[in-house]
Amino acid sequence: MAARTAARRCSWRSVGPLAGQRPLSSSRAAAKHSEPPQNSPFSPAASSKYDWMGPPHPLSNLRPIIYHIPEDESELDQRLRKLRQDTEDWNHDFWAKQNISFNKEKEAFIISQLTAKGLTLRDKDGRRRTLDTDEMAVFYKNFLDKNRIRHANYNKDWYRRNFTITLLMARVALNGIWRTVMDRLSRKKPGTPTTEQ
Amino acid sequence: MYKTPCSRLSGFVGVSVKKKLVQIAPRCNQTARCLIQLHRKDPSTWLTYQHLTFLKRQYVTKNQSELHQRAIPKQAHVVTIVDERDDSVETQVQRVPTINHVDADVVPKPDCDTTSSSVETPHIQVETEAQRNARLDRQWKQLKVDVSELPDIYARLAKIKLTALVVTTAAAGYAMAPVPFDPLIFFVSSLGTGLASCAANSINQYFEVPFDSNMNRTKNRPLVRGQISPLHAVSFAVACGVPGVALLSLAVNPLTGFLGALNILLYTCCYTPLKRLSISNTWVGAVVGAIPPVMGWTAATGCLEPGALLLGAFLYSWQFPHFNALSWNLREDYSRGGYRMMSVTHPAMCRRVALRHSVALIGLAALGPLLDVTTWTFPLISLPINLYISYLAFRFYHAGDRGSARKLFFCSLWHLPMLLLLALTCKKSGRKQEDAAAITTTAATAASPLTLTAN
Repeated sequence: MAARTAARRCSWRSVGPLAGQRPLSSSRAAAKHSEPPQNSPFSPAASSKYDWMGPPHPLSNLRPIIYHIPEDESELDQRLRKLRQDTEDWNHDFWAKQNISFNKEKEAFIISQLTAKGLTLRDKDGRRRTLDTDEMAVFYKNFLDKNRIRHANYNKDWYRRNFTITLLMARVALNGIWRTVMDRLSRKKPGTPTTEQ
Repeated sequence: MYKTPCSRLSGFVGVSVKKKLVQIAPRCNQTARCLIQLHRKDPSTWLTYQHLTFLKRQYVTKNQSELHQRAIPKQAHVVTIVDERDDSVETQVQRVPTINHVDADVVPKPDCDTTSSSVETPHIQVETEAQRNARLDRQWKQLKVDVSELPDIYARLAKIKLTALVVTTAAAGYAMAPVPFDPLIFFVSSLGTGLASCAANSINQYFEVPFDSNMNRTKNRPLVRGQISPLHAVSFAVACGVPGVALLSLAVNPLTGFLGALNILLYTCCYTPLKRLSISNTWVGAVVGAIPPVMGWTAATGCLEPGALLLGAFLYSWQFPHFNALSWNLREDYSRGGYRMMSVTHPAMCRRVALRHSVALIGLAALGPLLDVTTWTFPLISLPINLYISYLAFRFYHAGDRGSARKLFFCSLWHLPMLLLLALTCKKSGRKQEDAAAITTTAATAASPLTLTAN
């Protein structure tokens, strides 16, 4: 129940061009995993204890992850999972926007250049005309210069998030090791094993 | 005839350099293929050709009995494919993977399924929702570390081929130093340099996951594909870097250890972030490339001498024709990925700098004998290759097209190993030669009175 409410808002997962509907079975199967992206009804087997990573998204080229939510998820675990999910969504937003605007502007540039030259978009064989690299270079430079500040801010944020995620992962891993060690030690204590339920 | 250890060594290094060249060759082909794929002008015709060859193969292997019967309908299918792909190219223009299909032999199995099924769809013309979902479902992978694949994953994380080249340049630096060759120190310093390079490369990949996902050249890296977690990559980097630098500092000398640590820092904390902030990243990258031979030299002698700096200068100057030519053909990917490279933002400067540094190599080669690193034969025998790369750089400067950029890049790949090899063969024997000369003159002066008295 708690797992299903986790990570409901998945903004990028509704941006996908393949708008698939999520079958009801996936929400039951997703009891131990976070929400799958809406553009794919994939859901991992409920018995799987691992995260699952999918194919690259067509717009952002980033791979979505479905996180496994263990029964005894601690607060730290949850914080890590939420941060990872949030970073994924944020990353996807940025790159989808970037790729879409790049391609749109590229199209517009090509069309404007071709019309300036008095050519049609497609030649007599029905194939699209392309500009040569020198002409395209003007567009590439323009695109980079326009987005300079936006890219710089993204980089700063990405480095910060990446670093925080890795630190949290380290803490979670250390916690896990500590718990395992404590468990082993408490089991080895002189208390009779038969009293354990 | 007595063979000096140094010439035996240069033979050995020559063989290892040649081996490296042989190893580079498939990478060149792959790079060439990637470059060619990235810059086919007309995507629709190109895809059509690929479809024809793929279908022909499928057709011939699967439907041999129906070959004759199906001759005419096949044409119809081909026409349909062209149209469909043409339209789909427009909608799929947003996808980086328009070029994915040819990577079938480079990309591992799961994507091969994609390729075959996505190419098969034109046959049926419409892939049903269920089939598409099934295909996409197959591509979901468990994020579980497969221990059997770890060596391969680590090799790719550490960019093992690049590391091997870095170690080769460091070994060349060691070999060029005018001291007796010590195999143990040579081995230890090469190992330390290799470990430091692995650490730096891993951290670089750790920083660049979303960018790598969006560039064709790098989208199959281990972190992008989720084969290991970021924490795992950082742990690997620390596990390589700390022993590497410690080995260099303690077993070799502190100066080499310091240079190793400095190089890791420059690469991960200066070059990697700068790639998206300013074009000065190329100059920082050139320094990063120049440090390993200096490290090799300091490992041998223990101090920074002009000879070490000369070797570093070779690598520094070489970096510009190499990288500028490579980045010239990747301008679209760099622009979309937000990388600030000279080739995109300052194209004229890019070509000018490449030419400038190619010509500088000739001057640097002349410094060899002046700094007592090599004999005078070195500038002479390296003149042909230096002139050739300068000529290609001039062509690149003048024409600035894909072909000239590609030629310059491939030339740079063999130019550097050749230059280092020639330097090794022309290495000045230094003190040994002077000692030998002193011995022969004293022997001659001792012999002549004897002969005089004998006569």
